[in-house]
Amino acid sequence: MTTAERPTYSVIGTRPIRPDGVEKVTGKAQYGADIHLPGLIHAKVLRSPHAHARILSIDTSEAEKHPGVLAVVTHRDLPNAADKIEELGESAVNVKEVSDNILASDKALYRGHAIAAIAAASPHVAELALAKIRVEYEVLPPVLDVRDAMRDDAPLLNESRRTKTLMTGELSEKPSNIATYNRFAGGDVEAAFASADVVIEREFTTKMVHQGYIEPQTSTANWNSDGTLTIWTSTQGAFAVRGLVSEVLKLPINHVKVVPMEIGGGFGGKLPIYLDPVVALLSKKSGRPVKATMSRTEVFEATGPTSGTYIKVKASAKGDRLTAVQATLCYEAGAFPGSPVGAGSMTMLSPYNLENFDLHAYDVVVNKPKVAAYRAPGAPAAAFAIESVVDELAKHQKVDPLEFRKVNASRQGTRMVNGIAFPRIGNEEVVEAALNSPHYRSPIEGPNRGRGVASGYWFNGGMQSSVVVAVNTDGTINLVEGSTDIGGTRASLAMQLAETLGVPYDTIRPSVVDTDSIGHNDVTGGSRTTFASGLAVFEAGMDIRRQMVARAAKLWGVAEEDVVYESGVLRCLKDSTRQLTFKEMAAQSARTGGPITGKASLLARGAGGAFGTHIVDVEVDPDTGKVTILRYTAVQDVGTAIHPSYVEGQIQGGAVQGIGWALNEEYFYDETGRLVNASFLDYRMPTTLDVPNIETILVEVPNPGHPYGVRGVGEVPIVPPLAAIANAIADATGHRFTDLPMSPRRLVEELNGLA
Amino acid sequence: MSKMHIQARLNDEDIEFLAEPRQSLLEVLRDEIGLTGTKEGCNNGNCGACSVMLNGRVVNACCVLAVETHGAEVTTIEGLAHGDQLHPLQQAFLEEAALQCGICTPGFIMSAKALLDREPNPDEHRVRFWLAGNLCRCTGYDKIVRAVMKASARMQEAK
Repeated sequence: MTTAERPTYSVIGTRPIRPDGVEKVTGKAQYGADIHLPGLIHAKVLRSPHAHARILSIDTSEAEKHPGVLAVVTHRDLPNAADKIEELGESAVNVKEVSDNILASDKALYRGHAIAAIAAASPHVAELALAKIRVEYEVLPPVLDVRDAMRDDAPLLNESRRTKTLMTGELSEKPSNIATYNRFAGGDVEAAFASADVVIEREFTTKMVHQGYIEPQTSTANWNSDGTLTIWTSTQGAFAVRGLVSEVLKLPINHVKVVPMEIGGGFGGKLPIYLDPVVALLSKKSGRPVKATMSRTEVFEATGPTSGTYIKVKASAKGDRLTAVQATLCYEAGAFPGSPVGAGSMTMLSPYNLENFDLHAYDVVVNKPKVAAYRAPGAPAAAFAIESVVDELAKHQKVDPLEFRKVNASRQGTRMVNGIAFPRIGNEEVVEAALNSPHYRSPIEGPNRGRGVASGYWFNGGMQSSVVVAVNTDGTINLVEGSTDIGGTRASLAMQLAETLGVPYDTIRPSVVDTDSIGHNDVTGGSRTTFASGLAVFEAGMDIRRQMVARAAKLWGVAEEDVVYESGVLRCLKDSTRQLTFKEMAAQSARTGGPITGKASLLARGAGGAFGTHIVDVEVDPDTGKVTILRYTAVQDVGTAIHPSYVEGQIQGGAVQGIGWALNEEYFYDETGRLVNASFLDYRMPTTLDVPNIETILVEVPNPGHPYGVRGVGEVPIVPPLAAIANAIADATGHRFTDLPMSPRRLVEELNGLA
Repeated sequence: MSKMHIQARLNDEDIEFLAEPRQSLLEVLRDEIGLTGTKEGCNNGNCGACSVMLNGRVVNACCVLAVETHGAEVTTIEGLAHGDQLHPLQQAFLEEAALQCGICTPGFIMSAKALLDREPNPDEHRVRFWLAGNLCRCTGYDKIVRAVMKASARMQEAK
């Protein structure tokens, strides 16, 4: 579905083969762990077996004597990192805490917290030598759940941490595990509740879940004799790795070169650094290049998950209007502050035009791994809560749940809870398209079957991008960029350049280069790359057009205003016989002033937010508790779909991650803080047999902040599925589930009153 | 640990290598022989990223000891294309945008090849059944299943 505003494009909207595709289907693409260097040795990390313990001593002397061991490091090898905040794309991080997470200093704060690392001739030798490191711990009681951690008598992770109230900057008198408190309020919630037809109050919980990228974290470093450092790693942001490593190791930024390898998935989980400074220090000590790759257990125990949450929602309706929402959101940050509760609270009400709201947001540390961003971080859990309650309100008021959303929809000019007014958004168009979809218009029949819908919102990011475009004398083009290509952005950027220059897509060869070879680029996160690096590509393309116009004017002896550039051809307005194609002009570059190179470095503003509405049909087996997804349709405002196949792919992938989160995925801890399901066998992600084909409906409401109308598309599709499935299960069973995951066990227990 | 001398056939070539008895086929392929197209996602048989063919059957290379391949025939992702002639599965994965990050792609293509070798014309459910041992976190599987069906149809037409 396309809105009328869209112009006609020649390349945008087509589905060419991605430039890096052949290497990836033939096994030749080099991912993080595929690097091999002369003299390479291997590292393994010793991790805390305790969820909460004081580290009394670390003795590495026996390990150092183990045959084949070439270097050992602990936190004592890290320079004392400054207590300062570094911006990292979607999140800001405290460098001291990053350093403490890389190698624990005084305390181990979660099971799997890195304590020491060994580099040896082979990974097997390094692993054996780990057993010879002696660590003396004073084991402390762990606190594992967000509500437990908020109690006054909870064990404290950090005795000097005080709660910061973000509106005032005030610090609490007593130490606490609550790192921050924030509030967004508007209108008069109590008055709205008093005059409502119905007020519904519910409590929701979600467990920590992992991004589940298939490629484990890996890093290889070579500390050169001149004090410079090269790191080969798989990351969503080579420049972020460079910045953080230079901070943690106290090196000038230009002494660190990060070479981005192909990346095997990230979803936000490959924004932080874990291994990079460790292999760097081991390389410095051993004089050899050092590689470390995490095991899957280490990935689960020590990287990434997103927050477990507790969310209380009280909401009211009058007629077909949503009149007020009050909510308390408590998010687990893991071992160090920084949960995405802010984003959760700022996105949850975005689908609605709502005057009265009062949101309270708490960021809480617990003895579990420090959370990392995960696709629309913070938004899915909040949407699970509010979209479940909205469903109940609509049902109570006997209004179709999509009609209810349509009546209450936010639109251009509606203010978000942070006071910012929406620019042109496609929320209403999306709900309308969902209402008119073949799926929603089809009947749902049969016992134990039900249908659910839910909406979601994500801001999308802009941030910094740099690109260089070199025109070759045969008319081919090298596009040099610094944004990690995690799922087709080489294609989406080359397509935008082809559109700008009016040249064929396959004459452009894009490359993602190392941090020495291009200006700064922020991370591939926040659904920003096709938008922001796309904007840079457009600017660089326009730079080339201007240069070509100037040269043609000189050649023809006319003013620049008398030359136009259209669809890859330069024409003289004064003399219609004079024209040059892009290729002909490129061939003359040496005679007309030298190489033609376009470039752009920019801070992209005007990222357009994205809305999605999902429809799902389920069948519940009352005996086994298994939920089968019968049909799934995801509707989304995608701005302009540059490469529709990759847009659909983002939506399908996000929806299926959401299905896993809703039905099966959870971090399962025992009471000592041991993660008991740290494998892909026990942490159950969806397989081919668990999901149907995911139908997509692309609604195109162009983003006015981008020349081609691009909106980020990658994150919002994970926001609606949790509630959509809960709503479908409620429709099928008559029972409202408020705790995730809605696993077979939970269904059987709750449906039979055993919980 | 002393190494054993292994002779096998890898991607239609006779090869010899030395392996410690504790080394997996995955480790030897990647670190000793230098074929890194076979990926490590979990190293315990749960993700399928290291799927290869061993004597015509699809196996997880992380769960096979390298010394077990003595006298055996092994095919990896590197053995599927001939020069610039891609296997129909590889071509279909490209055309259908069946990969995003691509780390699981070699494993999926090997599992799909094992299926099409046995059942040249599978329906969607058979494709989903055969690929259930391979995890993909990016695509939601939709385009992967379509790509395998497309390759199957093309290979049938070509016969």
